[in-house]
Amino acid sequence: MTAVPYDEALAEFEPVIGLETHVELGTASKMFCGCATEFGAEPNTQVCPVCLGLPGALPVVNETAIESTIRIGLALHCDIATWCRFARKNYFYPDMPKNFQTSQYDEPLCTDGYLDVLVAGETVRIPIERVHLEEDTGKSLHVGGATGRIHGASHSLVDYNRAGIPLVEIVTKPVTGTGTMPAEVAKAYVTELRDVLRGLGVSDVKMEQGSLRCDVNVSLNRPGQEWGTRSETKNVNSLRSVERAVRSEVERQAFRLRAGERIVQETRHFHEDTGMSTSGRSKEEATDYRYFPEPDLVPIAPDPVWVATLKDALPEAPSVRRLMLTKELGLSDNDSEAMVNAGVLDVVLATVEAGTSATEARNWWLGHLAQSANTAGVDAADLPITPAQVARVVALVNAGTLTAGLARQVVDGVLAGEGEPDAVVVSRGLAVVSDEGALAAAVDEAIAADPDAAEKVRSGKVAAAGALVGKVMKATRGQADASVARRLVLERLGVTADLS
Amino acid sequence: MPEITREEVAHLARLARLALDDSELDVLAGQLDVILGAVAQIAEVTDAADVPPTSHAVPLVNVTRPDAVVPSLPREKVLAGAPAAEDGRFRVPRILDDSA
Repeated sequence: MTAVPYDEALAEFEPVIGLETHVELGTASKMFCGCATEFGAEPNTQVCPVCLGLPGALPVVNETAIESTIRIGLALHCDIATWCRFARKNYFYPDMPKNFQTSQYDEPLCTDGYLDVLVAGETVRIPIERVHLEEDTGKSLHVGGATGRIHGASHSLVDYNRAGIPLVEIVTKPVTGTGTMPAEVAKAYVTELRDVLRGLGVSDVKMEQGSLRCDVNVSLNRPGQEWGTRSETKNVNSLRSVERAVRSEVERQAFRLRAGERIVQETRHFHEDTGMSTSGRSKEEATDYRYFPEPDLVPIAPDPVWVATLKDALPEAPSVRRLMLTKELGLSDNDSEAMVNAGVLDVVLATVEAGTSATEARNWWLGHLAQSANTAGVDAADLPITPAQVARVVALVNAGTLTAGLARQVVDGVLAGEGEPDAVVVSRGLAVVSDEGALAAAVDEAIAADPDAAEKVRSGKVAAAGALVGKVMKATRGQADASVARRLVLERLGVTADLS
Repeated sequence: MPEITREEVAHLARLARLALDDSELDVLAGQLDVILGAVAQIAEVTDAADVPPTSHAVPLVNVTRPDAVVPSLPREKVLAGAPAAEDGRFRVPRILDDSA
């Protein structure tokens, strides 16, 4: 046992958290060259002399990337720089072919903003330090070690397709006062931020594909004392993991502090499989990046008039849309918050747009789909099912083709990659059987198998028919139309069907 | 006047992954000192004349390009300059020293 339980730790220590979020912009071409940015292309087929850093190659700024970054800054209530520069961040690592990353240092495009998030009914304001623009690095494949990890690898193979894709870094100020809920606040922040970014249409924000990635800083201090030393956990690549990373770090640090040990300022690596982090490099060996202004790129000076037009054209914030959802669709505040925190607000809205009622969309995304996501260890919005497919299943239920139970099986089929809902109904043979001839035999068998219940029904105790209908449903593996089965049972036993 | 030490040169050499022996450190410390001295001289003049520092020789801002895709290099050419390649990727030596 090397951890203090979360609640116990937070009764004793105050947490300070900070989040650095990297967002790959959804531009067609890279930050400083015209290479495509498509995910999943063959390795090293989307690279050129500029993103490989070959001698003599000259970068040119992608204007859409600048615009997207400014729009992000505006949506986060930031001040937009009137003049700023790119800088070289110098370090040697195989995923950085140029031996420096073009980034921004002391002159970010956007500074000093905030994002309000809703946690347990309370609005928490997360202060934003800066939003800046840089370029992504390549991807390494580690060979020869266990489970593809860098530790124990004999060598690595690098694909530079991702190198040079515009990457926006959004950094919070230290967040204090999260009390007993630092992990919940961190998750709510990343969830809300993802909704904001998706609403802006600047990124596909797919955490499982790495287009949204988080680094989580945590420190603990005793009440009234100075902030503690922080650790930085990298590779936190799902909403669920943001919460888990903060939680496990609170528990680990509390254990060390209680034991009178000190917290080492270090980088830790989060492992999705175990939910734990392991120590990486210690920050004490002072990373010296020798930043200097990028000589190959001239300064960026956004025209304030243009910035004002971008601001006027911003879409509604998710919090505003949420209010609309709550009011127009008649959903409760609790439902609304639950949807935001489960990260399903957008898919619920899309499902409603695809033709379901708000309640139906809510029930699916907070019910069976939330469970499926939990079992699979992914976020519900990332499940391999589209809002249109959910809406189709709902339509099949409303048309009487599926029962609720069958509908869940159809959804499971879609999740398992068996195709569209209609195809799953056919391939799994799941449609409701309402053909009376087909059900008659099952009804007769049910009556024969339970003469007591049959006798009760005959003597007027209609409620006893439920047991017989249940048998019919079981015999037909849930595919019978329950109302038809009930009517047939009653008719067979000479009771006038009261279908009300 | 700047006075760059051998230790500072050794630190910079380490950051730049340059292997320098003791005599080279001495020579470079002297040379860097002269260069920094020259820069300091410029700073004296510009400070006096109230000239803002600049990083670029041309008075240009906002040189950008539209977000349009242009063809990349063929992969054979991309990998032609690699010391080693495997499975269409650049092959690099072990990144972490596991003895640590």
